[in-house]
Amino acid sequence: MKFPVHTSPYGALPNNVTRVMGEVLLALVPGIIALVYYFGPGVLINISLAVTTALVAEAGVLRLRHRPVRPALTDLSATVTAVLLAIALPPLTPWWMTILGVLFAIVMVKHLYGGLGYNPFNPAMAAYVLLLVSFPVDMTQWLPPEMLNEHPLNLAQTLTAILGGGLPDGLTWDTVTSATPLDAMREQLKMNKTISEIAQNPMWGDFGARGWEWVGNWFLVGGLFLLWRKIITWHIPFSMIAGLLLASGLFWLFDAESMPFPGFHLFSGGMILGAFFIATDPVTASTTPKGRLIYGFLIGVTVFIIRTWGGYPDAVAFAVLLMNMAAPTIDYYTRPRVFGAREEDHG
Amino acid sequence: MITKNPGQWDFHGGIHRPDCKSLSAGKYLGKVSLPDTLVLPLQQHIGAMAEPVVEVGDHVLKGQTIARVTEYIGAPIHAPTSGTITAIEERPVPHPSGLSAPCIILQTDGRDEWGELPEPLPYFDDLDPSLLRERIRWAGIVGLGGAAFPTSVKVNHGPDRPIQTLVINGAECEPYITCDDLLMREQADRIVEGIKVLLYVVDAEECLIGIEDNKPEAIAAMRKAVAESGLRDVQVVQVPTRYPMGGEKQLIKVLTGKEVPSNGIPSEVGVICVNVATAAAVTDAVMAGRPLLSRLVTVTGEGVNNPGNLEVPFGSFMSHVIEQAGGYSDKAYKLILGGPMMGFTLGDDELPVTKGSNCLLVASREEAPDPDKAMPCIRCGKCVEACPAQLLPQQLYWYARAKDFDKTQEYNLFDCIECGCCSWVCPSHIPLVQYYRFAKTETWALEKEKQQAEDARRRHEARVERLERLERERKARLRQKKEALEKKTASGGMDPKKAAVEAAMKRVAEKKARQAKTEKRSEESS
Repeated sequence: MKFPVHTSPYGALPNNVTRVMGEVLLALVPGIIALVYYFGPGVLINISLAVTTALVAEAGVLRLRHRPVRPALTDLSATVTAVLLAIALPPLTPWWMTILGVLFAIVMVKHLYGGLGYNPFNPAMAAYVLLLVSFPVDMTQWLPPEMLNEHPLNLAQTLTAILGGGLPDGLTWDTVTSATPLDAMREQLKMNKTISEIAQNPMWGDFGARGWEWVGNWFLVGGLFLLWRKIITWHIPFSMIAGLLLASGLFWLFDAESMPFPGFHLFSGGMILGAFFIATDPVTASTTPKGRLIYGFLIGVTVFIIRTWGGYPDAVAFAVLLMNMAAPTIDYYTRPRVFGAREEDHG
Repeated sequence: MITKNPGQWDFHGGIHRPDCKSLSAGKYLGKVSLPDTLVLPLQQHIGAMAEPVVEVGDHVLKGQTIARVTEYIGAPIHAPTSGTITAIEERPVPHPSGLSAPCIILQTDGRDEWGELPEPLPYFDDLDPSLLRERIRWAGIVGLGGAAFPTSVKVNHGPDRPIQTLVINGAECEPYITCDDLLMREQADRIVEGIKVLLYVVDAEECLIGIEDNKPEAIAAMRKAVAESGLRDVQVVQVPTRYPMGGEKQLIKVLTGKEVPSNGIPSEVGVICVNVATAAAVTDAVMAGRPLLSRLVTVTGEGVNNPGNLEVPFGSFMSHVIEQAGGYSDKAYKLILGGPMMGFTLGDDELPVTKGSNCLLVASREEAPDPDKAMPCIRCGKCVEACPAQLLPQQLYWYARAKDFDKTQEYNLFDCIECGCCSWVCPSHIPLVQYYRFAKTETWALEKEKQQAEDARRRHEARVERLERLERERKARLRQKKEALEKKTASGGMDPKKAAVEAAMKRVAEKKARQAKTEKRSEESS
């Protein structure tokens, strides 16, 4: 009898890329629901726009590169990139900015470097930074959270605003939007206010900014799900948060009136999302266990440095991109000791 | 020194997958009936190919040596039954390449008549260990766990490497395979006898028998046999079920806490590791004077009707063996030799069972689906978590793909035991181990080439050096002559050449004078 041959191992393999990416998307759901609850339906519109653009762009580039289209679309990696960018954008981001960002992420950052697995930079974060640097005003116009929002927009109004149709009568951008908490903190500190003065503002909640802190918590739930499902390891989220808390805690201990409480750093911006979903992007992160600890820690510290002394209120995107650059070097110097390594081989 | 609390250690990585052993566990289907023809490859082991000592047409008896060892690392082949040698030629052998190799073809005569055997050595501990090693070598015993490394070489560790621990490998961590399990359940005494011999041969202080905890019957049977044998410092250790627990380096680490050095062998850390079936074969060789002629083979998978274990004489065709396990079921889709992690598919079942064949897995489409197209590596690091050798498989893959073989060596390619854990967990379904095999083969080829280039370079340099030396010597001789001449001239002496010429001229002149004189005389006389 004759049989087909192929190489070992034999059996139904337990993992596949689609499942990995699919579970990342699933893990994002609680955080996205929280975002919609606190900041309105704009997030959903952004996500739909971004995902559609990403899939079209991915298919287009793959066709140009003469690569099979279907497996790449079904691996959901483009979808994850699109969703991560979309939820990092302000809820009323103009439609063309979202599309521009996604195109940049998929075409330039991902495919011009060789496609999935070959891009040195996190596509979503590179696109976010592109938009932030190019359109700083639009990118810092967030909505106030639900409990502080005096003029909530419904779905139709949001859609009109995003598509460039302007705001409902009687409203101006200034009345509708507000600065992000990190931005507010930064501006007020610049005006030489003390932390206790700033904390009087109703925008601050129990451990971070109101609304934001709960979005962070729900992303944390998703992140823990990823840990439990072993999609990510604990190294990067842990060390990144540790890096941020350590750096901010140290300064806070010395000067609690001009340095915000570490919890504020953790729960007022993109830190939780960044720690569990963005810095853990396997393609661009360090891959050795020790390397991941260093990589995450340095991102955490860099986030604090940029937030405190840099030119931008939030810094997760910058910090991640900077460490993307360092990842190959970190990997090189953190190779694990192989089984049975002889004394003289120890690194 | 006796290992305290053996089994308390752990190895990094590994995988859990359904062991699928219940299909065949504890099932003995008896001896395979003798086929008409046995095909005996001359290479059934690691090392040098055996050399035939019989000729076509010879009648041989059961147990007779039909091919001998030619080099230190090698094993002889014996006739598994009596019969006539009908050919010595290339035949397809069970190898991933699917190529043919030299085989001895034995036409069985059905009489199964034993030849003359060496005497049993029941009082082996009065003998010199080297005699026992010689007996093990004669018997053609190789590692029966699948690797087929000659056991006589393994137990010849040399005086500078004292052995503390003899590790007996009963882990059988590959899914589906149950032949060692069955052997431990039913012939524990035979294994323990072999342990006695091996303990004496390698002069170890203790023996640790590692068995995975998914084989409670085997553990109980072995514990009973050890207790009844009265052997001290022999312990059956239950180890967790996790692939590749039965990897030599992994089992030694778990049992003794010692790590076999990178690129090294167990005896460097005072350990020798032998499979349970190998220990049983040692018993036969020493206690009964019988060579290795057959082995237990697991025939399993959804593709056979009656999965179980069979005693198979070497050289029997797999088709014949599978026939005796109820034949193929409708689900038969792939034939795998060995387990699903490290085994390999065979394109054909008309191939002989050899010493290393521990399992014939006839897998259904569900058990061994065709591989998906590999996706790009996303550097997720699952392989790093799974690698029991603590390598960075994703980096090795990267460099193997780029054919950067210096880098693959720098990342310890040769510590890869090809267990397949990385390929198993890879979400992109990249056949990683295949890349490492490729890189290893290429590296060997490059090294051979380098060696040849090095030899050529050396030859060339030697030639240039020789020519230069000859030239130097010639010049030196010339110089010497010249110097001697100058010395003579300077000291007022005659040039020897000139003197010779003058002497010759003088002689000629004298001769002429003499001649003239004689002529004159003759003229005068006439």
